[in-house]
Amino acid sequence: MINEEEVKKIADLASLKLSEEETKTFAKQLSDIVDYVEKLDELDTDDIVPTAYTIPVKNVLRKDEVEESLDIEKVLKNAPEELDNQFRVPKIMDEDN
Amino acid sequence: MDNKFETVIGLEVHVQLDTDSKIFCSCSTEFGKEPNTNTCPVCLGLPGTLPVLNKKAVDYLVMTGLALNCDIASYSKFDRKNYFYPDLPKAYQISQYDLPLAKDGYIEVETEEGTHKIGITRIHLEEDAGKLIHEGSIDKSSGSLVDYNRTGVPLAEIVSEPDIRTPAQAREYLNYLKKTLEYLGVSDCNMEEGSLRCDANISLRPRGQEQFGTKVELKNMNSFKAIEKALAYEQKRQRKLIDNTDEIIQETRTWDEDKNKTISMRGKEEANDYRYFPEPDLVPLEINENWAEEIRERLPEMPSVRKNRFIKEYEIPEYDADVLTDSRELADLFEECVTEYNDPKEVSNWIMGEFLRLVNEEKMEVGDTKITGQLLGKMLKMMDEDVISSKIAKTVFEEMFHTGKDPEKIVEEKGLKQISDEDKLETIVENIIEENPDAVEDIKNGKDKAIGYLVGQVMKETKGKANPQMVNQMFRDKISEL
Repeated sequence: MINEEEVKKIADLASLKLSEEETKTFAKQLSDIVDYVEKLDELDTDDIVPTAYTIPVKNVLRKDEVEESLDIEKVLKNAPEELDNQFRVPKIMDEDN
Repeated sequence: MDNKFETVIGLEVHVQLDTDSKIFCSCSTEFGKEPNTNTCPVCLGLPGTLPVLNKKAVDYLVMTGLALNCDIASYSKFDRKNYFYPDLPKAYQISQYDLPLAKDGYIEVETEEGTHKIGITRIHLEEDAGKLIHEGSIDKSSGSLVDYNRTGVPLAEIVSEPDIRTPAQAREYLNYLKKTLEYLGVSDCNMEEGSLRCDANISLRPRGQEQFGTKVELKNMNSFKAIEKALAYEQKRQRKLIDNTDEIIQETRTWDEDKNKTISMRGKEEANDYRYFPEPDLVPLEINENWAEEIRERLPEMPSVRKNRFIKEYEIPEYDADVLTDSRELADLFEECVTEYNDPKEVSNWIMGEFLRLVNEEKMEVGDTKITGQLLGKMLKMMDEDVISSKIAKTVFEEMFHTGKDPEKIVEEKGLKQISDEDKLETIVENIIEENPDAVEDIKNGKDKAIGYLVGQVMKETKGKANPQMVNQMFRDKISEL
């Protein structure tokens, strides 16, 4: 069960702004999803290590070798604003912080 | 020492691992490049890109773990640490959460109270974030500029147990870590360039009490000295609050170097919820026995082991051994020179004396000088063979220090060869005797010290090139004949 308080907290952590109506809708939808997944609780998993990966692959590594980086023009192509080859972002701290 | 309260300190150290390329992509890690020129779709966090782990970063972390007496995890994985900040283009940092590569280690530091053991909780591998420059101060700026060159540089996060009891011990711990990492060659530990950063947790508790007091986290300390000072300040501040029965607030405080005090960082107080989950773009890491053993075999001799060997093998005082093993480069220089010139104490004197004096004076790093053990050895031989005097040797040494030139060549070019030619010296000695009748009289009356003065005059006349032992003997012979 996910209540509206929890939805607000998750939205806050994800930097999302939700309307009252959306909060209600998502609380219901998320609860339904969690309830559905809770069906797995019926299984006995006491002796099973948490499964982080399901494919039998391990140790994919590369050599420590430098290759060319991206052109600075391309790097900054998606920058909303730029200054001196840097990404310019809005101020970080709120006034009252 | 405070008889009533005990200080409890734990340190969290981030060190940049000295790889050529970043941890998950092939961009260069070189410091000081034009902003954003060391970036690519992977470290910029563009959609559709996939990280691939750098083997050297893993090797370096395992080396660090082994050197700090940790257990190396046979199975470990990476996790996403989620938070929003513009220095993190993906809005998550790839780190390790519940299965770090190394854990349960310890180090032992020497303090005034004897050997003190400090536990290492864990060491994990993660990626560094970018660099932000605020327009004006952080709280009043209208915007910030982001450079992602540092994003994706491999970091080892080393977390200590809360085993540190004094600010001085914290500094000892950091010195030990730095020395070890430099010996391993896994990091240059340059605090100014940000390759070593340290946060501290500090709390007080009544002596004998097991439960910890309320802790404060300290940030923004830019040198080991600043860390020691910040901890000492915080220790005092918390003690005062306890005396006044005021509450200690659990918070993050930043060290203000100019004002010499810690300041509360308001707005950072809410508990972070990073919502860690396994990184689906990477596969797990399994370090088998062979891999770990291979790395263990390649570990260089650690500073304390090398120090003890120096005392035994070269029969130099403990103080010398301590200074010489302070950095791997210094110890290497010493050993290289001893193979060339077999008088360890003499070599040690030159390295601890002239060499370190020049390094400090010129504010250089040991590794940046041009001196080699071979050059110094050759110069010391020239002194033994009376080619140069000990005074001239200092001039030759300084020249070698800056240019790396062969001492023979320096002596030749600058005409510094010692004058051991009796005929040449005789005239000078006779002149000096003539010019200093008082000193000569003193010597005749048994005041031996005055000979030193006369020898000094000859050295002055010959610009330090005369063979002082010879000149000394000549004065004795001549004056007794008078």
